[in-house]
Amino acid sequence: MKKTPLYEKHVDLKAKIIDFGGWAMPVQYTSVIDEHNTTRAQATLFDICHMGEIEVKGPQALNLLQVALTRDISGQKTGQVRLSTLLNDKGGIIDDLTVYKIAEDFYMLVTNATPRESDFQRISSILDNKKFDCKLLDISDKTGKLDLQGPCAEAILQSMTDADLKSIRFYSFVESKVAGIPALISRSGYTGEDGFEIYAAAGKIGVIWDKLMTSGTANGLKPAGLGARDTLRLEAGMMLNGQDIMEDISPLEVPYSWLVDWKKDFAGKAALMTIRDYGIQKKLVGLVMTGRGIARHGYKVMSGSREIGEVTSGTFSPTLNKAIGLAFVDIEFAAPDTEISIAIRDTVSPAIVVKLPFYKRQRQ
Amino acid sequence: MSKSNPTDRLYSKDHEWVKDNGDGTAVVGITDYAQEMLTDIVFVELPPVGKKLAQGEPMAVVESVKSVSDVYAPVTGEIIAVNKTLEETPELINQDAFGEGWIAKLNLENVAELKSLLNAADYDALIKEEKH
Repeated sequence: MKKTPLYEKHVDLKAKIIDFGGWAMPVQYTSVIDEHNTTRAQATLFDICHMGEIEVKGPQALNLLQVALTRDISGQKTGQVRLSTLLNDKGGIIDDLTVYKIAEDFYMLVTNATPRESDFQRISSILDNKKFDCKLLDISDKTGKLDLQGPCAEAILQSMTDADLKSIRFYSFVESKVAGIPALISRSGYTGEDGFEIYAAAGKIGVIWDKLMTSGTANGLKPAGLGARDTLRLEAGMMLNGQDIMEDISPLEVPYSWLVDWKKDFAGKAALMTIRDYGIQKKLVGLVMTGRGIARHGYKVMSGSREIGEVTSGTFSPTLNKAIGLAFVDIEFAAPDTEISIAIRDTVSPAIVVKLPFYKRQRQ
Repeated sequence: MSKSNPTDRLYSKDHEWVKDNGDGTAVVGITDYAQEMLTDIVFVELPPVGKKLAQGEPMAVVESVKSVSDVYAPVTGEIIAVNKTLEETPELINQDAFGEGWIAKLNLENVAELKSLLNAADYDALIKEEKH
């Protein structure tokens, strides 16, 4: 298994380590619920070094990304972050990634861990084909990433950087230093809370981790693992690549239609237009269990005795104190308030379709 | 740290405990080590009273935030009572796996089966090995 630069720190902290797509990652340090609740109430720190980073540099960097990505990023300003999907020729989602505009001719793409190489190949082949004047560089191995998430994140990070964090808006970033280490600080995350994603050289990311862990303790900072990351993102209604989103799923079947800009041309558009015109047959929806039990990945969704879909993610929500999930259902069952049921082992238990997200933080 | 494993009962390799009441019935639960491995138990599915189970058959289901785990009947018998409190407060297993967090009571069908289980010292050794 691949190890992040922080692996030994997790072992020292007695984290439970799991195989996450070939990476040895901490799933929890103490308890998923405790780490989850600490993120909602104070702040937690996640090792996210397994995610990928790809640089796109050159005079025609924007031209390449406009063709590669479904989102129109021509209006994106330097210092802003945008989410987009990257499609295959069948209109299926290879990845949902974030685009950092560092300069007019310089972008950084932040990819999910597993599709990182597919992303690189896909964009490379578009580049080879279109011959734009720009270069692609996979900098994942030399780039470290930490997510500092929770209402106390700003106070904790501010003591370690000269950057004025208050002035960084959601989905924006600055280049500065954290604990003396050059870093890119982005106000974003995958938990539904306020917080930051911090990028720095892989060889120095441990210094930032240590400083945050030391100085954050007074503000209740704890390390958190992928277990809490999963329950947090699910409460926030965010999808997990490889579990809720797969290469045979188009952005129209999941809550990603807003990432598709039909007015421009992009890779996979022809197939996606066919899917749109034919009409989608199933849709990813949120569900809340109204009966006993917890919906889990792979469980069948039923309407009476008819099988109408499958659960992709499901858990017990520590914040809402009920079982929640995401599921693909036949399109006629996708409207909020539709009563469905979930086949759990040898019984079926009632559930209801709800609007996403399950949880929304109170903004100041 | 796990609580020490009480010597008044027997253990299965799957981390269930059985306490022989000496009147043909026994109480069954999962061990403190098991609850520690599962962490944060959020749901327990109990067997119906009257259900007959063979040794090693799935008896109950314990779910944590992340995972679903079967609890196996450590001995053959018929369920005569279940711990209904767990339906509302499954975290009782985390708090007191050997006491308040018991799962079911059953009629022992074959007392000889108890001999196939581990005593506290052997079970201590088993979990020590698993931790390495």
